[in-house]
Amino acid sequence: MTPVPVGPLELLGIDHLLSDEERAVQQSVRRLVDDSIRPRIAQWYEDGTFPAEMALTFGRLGLLGMHLEGYGCAGMSAVAYGLACLELEAGDTGARSFVSVQGSLAMFAIHRWGSQEQKQQWLPRMAAGELIGCFGLTEPDFGSDPAGMRTRARRDGQDWVLDGTKMWITNGSIADVAVVWAGTDAGIQGFLVPTDNPGFTANKIPGKLSLRASVTSELVLEGVRLPADAVLPGIQSLRGPLSCLDEARFGIVFGALGAARDCLEIALDYSRSREVFNRPIGGYQLTQQKLADMTLELQKGFLLALHLGRLKDAGRLEPRQISLGKLNNAREAMAIARQCRTILGANGITLEYSVLRHANNLESVLTYEGTAEMHTLVIGQALTGLSAFS
Amino acid sequence: MNIVICIKYVPDAQADLTFSESDNTTDRLGVEGLLSELDEYAIEAGLKLVEGAVGPDGAASTVTVLTVGPDRAADAIKKALQMGANAGVHVNDEAIHGSDAVATSLILAQAIKKIGIPDLVLTGMASTDGAMGVVPAMLAERLGLPQVTLASEVTVEGETVTIRRDGDLASETITASLPALVSVTDQINEPRYPSFKGIMAAKKKPVETWSLADLGVDAALVGLGAAWTTVESFAKRPPRVKGQIVTDEGEGGTRLAEFLTAQKFA
Repeated sequence: MTPVPVGPLELLGIDHLLSDEERAVQQSVRRLVDDSIRPRIAQWYEDGTFPAEMALTFGRLGLLGMHLEGYGCAGMSAVAYGLACLELEAGDTGARSFVSVQGSLAMFAIHRWGSQEQKQQWLPRMAAGELIGCFGLTEPDFGSDPAGMRTRARRDGQDWVLDGTKMWITNGSIADVAVVWAGTDAGIQGFLVPTDNPGFTANKIPGKLSLRASVTSELVLEGVRLPADAVLPGIQSLRGPLSCLDEARFGIVFGALGAARDCLEIALDYSRSREVFNRPIGGYQLTQQKLADMTLELQKGFLLALHLGRLKDAGRLEPRQISLGKLNNAREAMAIARQCRTILGANGITLEYSVLRHANNLESVLTYEGTAEMHTLVIGQALTGLSAFS
Repeated sequence: MNIVICIKYVPDAQADLTFSESDNTTDRLGVEGLLSELDEYAIEAGLKLVEGAVGPDGAASTVTVLTVGPDRAADAIKKALQMGANAGVHVNDEAIHGSDAVATSLILAQAIKKIGIPDLVLTGMASTDGAMGVVPAMLAERLGLPQVTLASEVTVEGETVTIRRDGDLASETITASLPALVSVTDQINEPRYPSFKGIMAAKKKPVETWSLADLGVDAALVGLGAAWTTVESFAKRPPRVKGQIVTDEGEGGTRLAEFLTAQKFA
């Protein structure tokens, strides 16, 4: 009798490494993705949009700021957050990006560096998905080197006045509040900018071939006047935004694997049913080699992610360790997505299957929240003690 | 309003199900288990009934889930608590192994008496493993409660519960006075899945574990030995046969209708 086929992650018995609570989180997010994302994602991708009302769906489940304590947030573990990212990204990177930006960038910045009043004002409604946040750090000419940013905030009496341009800002055009980082006389500071403020414009970036089911914008700040209490009081250096990026890229370490798992499951299913020369293509050695190699990388990536998650929950995770995870898992996920595309042949290039959509999305994942090149140099620096970039 | 919902921990229907070689009972050790999907509808119905409903005396409503099963059945209770039930009761005793529907209904009835007869006892329409669907009726009889079964809709007004039962030809509206037992079908609602706050809150909710002795049930009345039926033997189901392909030569619709009628799908 032919044994029952086993899923790529089940082969390693990964369920046994997770707590009941972690599995419950994973199951709930999987249900949400099956109900609310999978049936509609191809259309969103084709239309180049991500509906803002999904924020309420995410908020009802508790996804937004799920790893933060208090203020309407669920206060869950880092591993639970990672698993949620994995399941979301199995649906689409756009969905995971939305949750990453809301929870790990915008909400985390307020939670970590904001005043009591700022937390009360913004976090509960952001957790519920009633308000959407975005995060403005990257500029047209400053990506990997954010310290060079040209956006400035100057004092005018008690007020602050902001001028500058931010680029590649996820959720920029649908946000209610932007966390904008700007240079001041004191250093680099974060500002909470309501997006209906005069002088603030968000322009959707057209023509993307990756991450199409996600809103990406340019933020233009022209004499944006803010009251004194719009500044995040807790930080006056680049450590502020970098701490947020560490949170978000931790989620990517898990998230990228979700895209890869979805591709591999599609390819496995396809390889068992698609026949060539009167046999399923999964029965050919060339296909089995691909499937086995991809499964190995997926499992290794998951064990790496889980290890980093356990370190994070123990309060012992270092930024350069996140670099290891993000570099490996984004890179391997992309390789898996592309390889799966070959198994699906011509069918692999359409939106009917998820594989090329995931592969295209992963191009963005490889670059955002620290490029593969930068993470490589961070690891190089850790190994040699020599910095290749500063 | 107080509600007790009877739930069951069953082998995952997706898994390769079999019987135990030693005593021909359902093999629960070799396969993953979970809360019977049909019970999720009862839980959802119960949670919907109490949401926003505050009794005339202002007392809060309580939804208690009750299961009879081995250690791992605690997972079913946990899932129900994550969905939003307030408390759980787990009847767990080695002597229960192999119990049939008659014995199960006895244990459930005694447990419900110990909890205190609620306004409403809710159940699913059947379990997804045994699939007999007789426990609700047996339980109502043992508790002396009116039974209104197979509800596709349930409402409570004052001291009356009203259900709609959808038949092949007509829908019936049935009312009963509280306390009552209601079983619900899979058409009644779309069960929620646990929110993260629900998952976190469930960790603090009370779960009591009772033995047969706690319920005053004689062990001789339950278990495999007391079952009214026995499984004599079992065999693997035959391998799946290849599907039948009909080439449409103008009468495809008719052939399809014939097939569906023959299989009693239409």
